[in-house]
Amino acid sequence: MSFFVDKNGYYGQFGGAFIPELLYPNIKELEDNYLKILESDSFKKEFKELLDNYVGRPTPLYLAKRLSKKYGAKVYLKREDLNHTGAHKINNTIGQILVAKQLGKKRIIAETGAGQHGVATATVCALMDLECIVFMGEVDIKRQAPNVARMKMLGATVVPAKSGSKTLKDATNEAIRDWIGNPEDTYYLIGSVVGPHPYPDMVARLQSIISKEIKEQLLVQTGNENPDMIIACVGGGSNAAGAFYHYLDTKNVQLIAVEAAGLGVHSGQSAATSQLGDVGVLHGSKTILMQDKYGQVIEPYSISAGLDYPGIGPLHAFLHERERAVFMNATDQEALDAAYELTKIEGIIPALESAHALAVLPKMKFTTGQVVVVNLSGRGDKDLETYITHLKDE
Amino acid sequence: MSKLTSLFSEKQHNLLSVFFTAGFPKLNDTEQIIKNLESNGVDFIEVGLPYSDPLADGPTIQHSSSVALENGMNLDIIFSQLEALKDSVKTPLVLMGYLNQILKYGESKFCQKCKDCGIETVIIPDLPMIEYENHYQQLFTNYGISNVFLITPQTSEERIRKIDKITNAFIYVVASASITGAKGEISEKQMAYFERIQKMNLKSTLIVGFGISNKSTFNTACKYMNGAIIGSAFINFLQEKGVAEIPSFVTEIIE
Repeated sequence: MSFFVDKNGYYGQFGGAFIPELLYPNIKELEDNYLKILESDSFKKEFKELLDNYVGRPTPLYLAKRLSKKYGAKVYLKREDLNHTGAHKINNTIGQILVAKQLGKKRIIAETGAGQHGVATATVCALMDLECIVFMGEVDIKRQAPNVARMKMLGATVVPAKSGSKTLKDATNEAIRDWIGNPEDTYYLIGSVVGPHPYPDMVARLQSIISKEIKEQLLVQTGNENPDMIIACVGGGSNAAGAFYHYLDTKNVQLIAVEAAGLGVHSGQSAATSQLGDVGVLHGSKTILMQDKYGQVIEPYSISAGLDYPGIGPLHAFLHERERAVFMNATDQEALDAAYELTKIEGIIPALESAHALAVLPKMKFTTGQVVVVNLSGRGDKDLETYITHLKDE
Repeated sequence: MSKLTSLFSEKQHNLLSVFFTAGFPKLNDTEQIIKNLESNGVDFIEVGLPYSDPLADGPTIQHSSSVALENGMNLDIIFSQLEALKDSVKTPLVLMGYLNQILKYGESKFCQKCKDCGIETVIIPDLPMIEYENHYQQLFTNYGISNVFLITPQTSEERIRKIDKITNAFIYVVASASITGAKGEISEKQMAYFERIQKMNLKSTLIVGFGISNKSTFNTACKYMNGAIIGSAFINFLQEKGVAEIPSFVTEIIE
């Protein structure tokens, strides 16, 4: 069984392109061209140069000694937090902006929740001198003021999404609506492994640099390119897709996907989609999503604005269904505790999203010498206010 | 022969369809809206199933959907409302909803309910042709349901011909590259697009929608196509004037 997308754009029963006819030409253009572009020598060369010299890749794979001692395993951190703009998101935006340029697009649109993907998109648009419009929920604009300011400073227009719950899912709806209205000159730069085919596959390929480097670095550092386990957080799932990608078919590497449980999986305030959701169509893709008995999408909750998405990418829905990945979750408090711990014993302030991945370490029963890679997808600068507020409560 | 097919066999010009969101402005307005539209000469009626994430809809229909959901509208309620009207309403009704609603409700159960209510036509904007052919065509046919496809100014001639071939209701001609909602007058560019479609001599009845808001845009659309659908403008009217004033809205357009 393959865990990669099939020729029809599906991962088993998940995926596809459930789009209004209005978007058919846009998606068809992308579907017909994305592999040709991604596999062309000129793309590969430019992508690598930008990742090396602009983003700062390869990111280190760091053996966290004190963390390892505490949990009784060899815990390596893949330092995506050290990327330019502070998270893995830029791997994808660099790749897609090159695709957009190749397709001759003049206007870039994107959705953002916490603002990380918005910032990463605004950054590459500044770099490439392209117009950038970022849709962001009105609620998120208020919650994430520094990132809104960064996007504006980078020259992007930030458009508030005022529909529905005024958060990430609605920002995504607004971006899709804009694309419907501007089908010819506009490129929709999606930030995660979600959306209609070919986006989930394209974004996974662009993020797969993470697991490609983990393999090379582990080989050098341990003599074996395969760890026993990889842990990554999942909102839409792009950092997890990147960290898992080159290990999908290597069965003895255990894949752990960590969702945000908010105030508790069954508290009614959660974003643990795989536990609470079931099969449906969201943002153009068949996947697992949180919905009521009539198929109305339920707004999720997490302290981490990067994880409160009501669906997961179709690849992850498939990994969950086939039990190729183990889906765990961490509450707000567990994530906060994990963040404070990493800060104190390793001197690294993680993003709240990445803290969810770290938060499952205490729940594991490791055997001595087990090699565990945690994908540290982003840095915590953007979450300082939350960290400071909650530190007072500790 | 479906009600819509027999309508089209009798009337081929100036067909007027009106869209409303079920459950808006009030949960139980469905009967009064449908009866008012019918008695004032609307040829067929689109009943919108309110959805939390209506991708193809503009602010007006989004808002009406949110209100309808807050009012408690759901598929069970709309089906029971429509079933009660089955014998008294002769005007063809078309259900418009998003795929996830149907998936979650159960595809066969949805079809059975449509049949029970005398619904023979559905519009599911996020159900692409390929998925329809692979997974829905047979099921819908079994229940006597026709699916309506949309075409836009960007749809290729080859694809339009294919849609024409598998259509047995009507083709929904989206007036411009946009989401639903009023946009003022019909531009020359749009007229050129209508003319291009007109010249293709398609077998299907052609109904224009998205941006048809008043007598003037309705008449222009009807010069090229068999008829037109008014949605957002009617929702706005309901919001401002209320259900009781519907006769004046319809007569304004067809008088």
